[in-house]
Amino acid sequence: MLEIVKTVPIDYYLYLSTVLFCIGVFGVLTRRNAIVVLMCIELMLNAVNLLLAAFSTYLSNSEGQIMVFFIMVVAAAEAAVGLGILVMIYRNTKSTDISLLDRLKL
Amino acid sequence: MNSLIPLIVFLPFIGFIINGLFGKSLSKTVVGIIGSGVLLGSFLLSLMCFREVAATGQAIRTDLYQFLSVGSLQVNFGFLVDQLSVWMMLIVTGVGFLIHVYSIGYMHDDDGFYKFFAYLNLFIFSMLLLVMGSNFLMLFFGWEGVGLCSYLLIGFWYQNKEFGTAGRKAFIMNRIGDLGLLLGMFLIFKTFGSLDFAQVFANITPEMVGAGTITTICLLLFVGAIGKSAQIPLFTWLPDAMAGPTPVSALIHAATMVTAGIYLVARCNPMFSLSPDALHVVALVGLATSIMAALIGLRQNDIKKVLAYSTVSQLGLMFVSLGMGAYVSAMFHVTTHAFFKALLFLAAGSVIHGMGGEQDIRKMGGLRKAMPITFWVFLIGTFAISGFPMLSGFFSKDEIFANTWAAGGKLWWGIAGLGGLITAIYMTRLLFVTFFGEFRGTDEQKHHLHESPASMTIPLVVLAILSIFGGFLNLPHIFHFAKNHWLAEFLQPVVQNVNLHHGGEPHHLPESTEWSLMIFTTSLALLVMAVSYFIYVVRRNLPTTDAAQSGLTKVLAHKFYFDEIYDFLFVKPIEKLSRFLHYYADIWAIDGIVNGVGNGVERLGGQLRKLQNGNIEYYLMGMVAGVIFLLMTLFF
Repeated sequence: MLEIVKTVPIDYYLYLSTVLFCIGVFGVLTRRNAIVVLMCIELMLNAVNLLLAAFSTYLSNSEGQIMVFFIMVVAAAEAAVGLGILVMIYRNTKSTDISLLDRLKL
Repeated sequence: MNSLIPLIVFLPFIGFIINGLFGKSLSKTVVGIIGSGVLLGSFLLSLMCFREVAATGQAIRTDLYQFLSVGSLQVNFGFLVDQLSVWMMLIVTGVGFLIHVYSIGYMHDDDGFYKFFAYLNLFIFSMLLLVMGSNFLMLFFGWEGVGLCSYLLIGFWYQNKEFGTAGRKAFIMNRIGDLGLLLGMFLIFKTFGSLDFAQVFANITPEMVGAGTITTICLLLFVGAIGKSAQIPLFTWLPDAMAGPTPVSALIHAATMVTAGIYLVARCNPMFSLSPDALHVVALVGLATSIMAALIGLRQNDIKKVLAYSTVSQLGLMFVSLGMGAYVSAMFHVTTHAFFKALLFLAAGSVIHGMGGEQDIRKMGGLRKAMPITFWVFLIGTFAISGFPMLSGFFSKDEIFANTWAAGGKLWWGIAGLGGLITAIYMTRLLFVTFFGEFRGTDEQKHHLHESPASMTIPLVVLAILSIFGGFLNLPHIFHFAKNHWLAEFLQPVVQNVNLHHGGEPHHLPESTEWSLMIFTTSLALLVMAVSYFIYVVRRNLPTTDAAQSGLTKVLAHKFYFDEIYDFLFVKPIEKLSRFLHYYADIWAIDGIVNGVGNGVERLGGQLRKLQNGNIEYYLMGMVAGVIFLLMTLFF
């Protein structure tokens, strides 16, 4: 398994996660649907996860993988809370458009 | 005895605490008994002190604790009971007690009854501190304390704005004098290295005679005395102080507090005797005040104002005496003046009480029948102050005149004597206009007219007896009684008359000169009184109304326009300066800076607020931009 991972050069992992991260950022900035925004955030987190796992393997250091698990736990919690808020927002506004959420403004 | 001395001072203080804190819930009778009782206690203890001091001839020193120790300055919280202070203690507590008893009747219907007694007790406490302190700092405590009480009591009916202003005026004018006293104390400490009376006077060396330092110290102390004893130029507060209740006028502004200046000079007589220049200034100021106040008194129509100017005039006479080196004569006059001036004020209070608050003598008249006791005691007081033979004022004034003749010469004697004659005129005018002739008030007042209750008349009678016989304390030697100059002998260890113009020794006039001086002044005074009787009783001349005044009368009625001049010279410019500072320094500069900072922050906030537009995308954009910026700074 280890060898299989190492057959792909580290550069490719870097490129892939960079692309994933940028897609995530782009999606967060451009999309208005709150669910899509949340998904894009997950994408960014997982881009980082991928990179952490890759480096962990290449450097034979397990700390990176431990970090991955932490991030996944946090991401799950964040998704749960975020989706919970979203449900409430939808019930109140019948919409998931984040541009409507400026009511705290003076 | 030593352990009881602090009690003399602190008994009135205890009375002040009880009446001040719990007086509201106590009945008026209890408040009155506490207020007067502590005074009676102090008086009896003072009498014990007096007996001991008189018997042993030694001063009693009591140091309670060291109050202050800074570098070489050591000040004890200590009392010095010598002949001078024990004499003042007797006057303060004795006359004070009578006035307290009188106040029970006079203030009976006042809501602030307990407050009044608390203030009076605090005043007596301060005054005792002033006369009993063993050093200048203790004296200064008392000095400030009586000033404070004076302010509180003048403005006692503070709902009346004018009365409150009068209180402030007294306080501020006293403050000017206090500055002089304070500077004098600094200079004393610098010169003598101590503030203790005994040490300071013991450190006086013969080289200091006539030296500039001593003269400066004396003049600075005298500035303090000017403020407290209402001399030119700081006298205008005293007539205004008549805004206070009448017992206050009697106690503070006639009998005790205003004599603090006399006490200060008499206490510091070893220093003043070294400086003929300072004594000359004292005499000059006293003489000018004496004659000026007497002239103003001629044309006042407020019963209390007349007495107030008479007080200023008599205080001036005491300063003349001090300035002539006749310290004992001044103390003698302080004593007799305390008796008859307290009597006159209290009798005037009784008149005001009977008239239902009316103070204008033009609306009185014929009160003799309605208020017989008040009339008789007022008559005694008037005769005493005018120098009627064998009454107290006769002896004390005559002694001052004789000393003035001996030390100052004919001119001084003539002017001082003229002041005395004018005193006889305006006092008899006051007496005759008030008590003789027809009643000129309203019918309502006439119906209301009554003699005052016993709590008021008994102190009056006691004071009247003292006014009659007070003069026997210090009989002139020309009478050849068994005991002449008793007071002078008693005070001799602390205060002695000196005559700087004749080599330091008191100069005794030939008996024939003294007799002729006495007969001359007395017969003139009697003549003036007779003329006054003719004008105001036989011919029924009445003081003119305010509108009909003209010429000199108007100038006198307006007190030589002193208030107006001060208003123009000091009050208005200071007001203008204050207004200038208010508009430019305060509103423009200080408020401008503070409000400018506030407005600036608010405006900046208004601009920054636009960033917080509530748009999530916008925030996210900002976040990403921030991260990118951070990364850029990290890598490039």
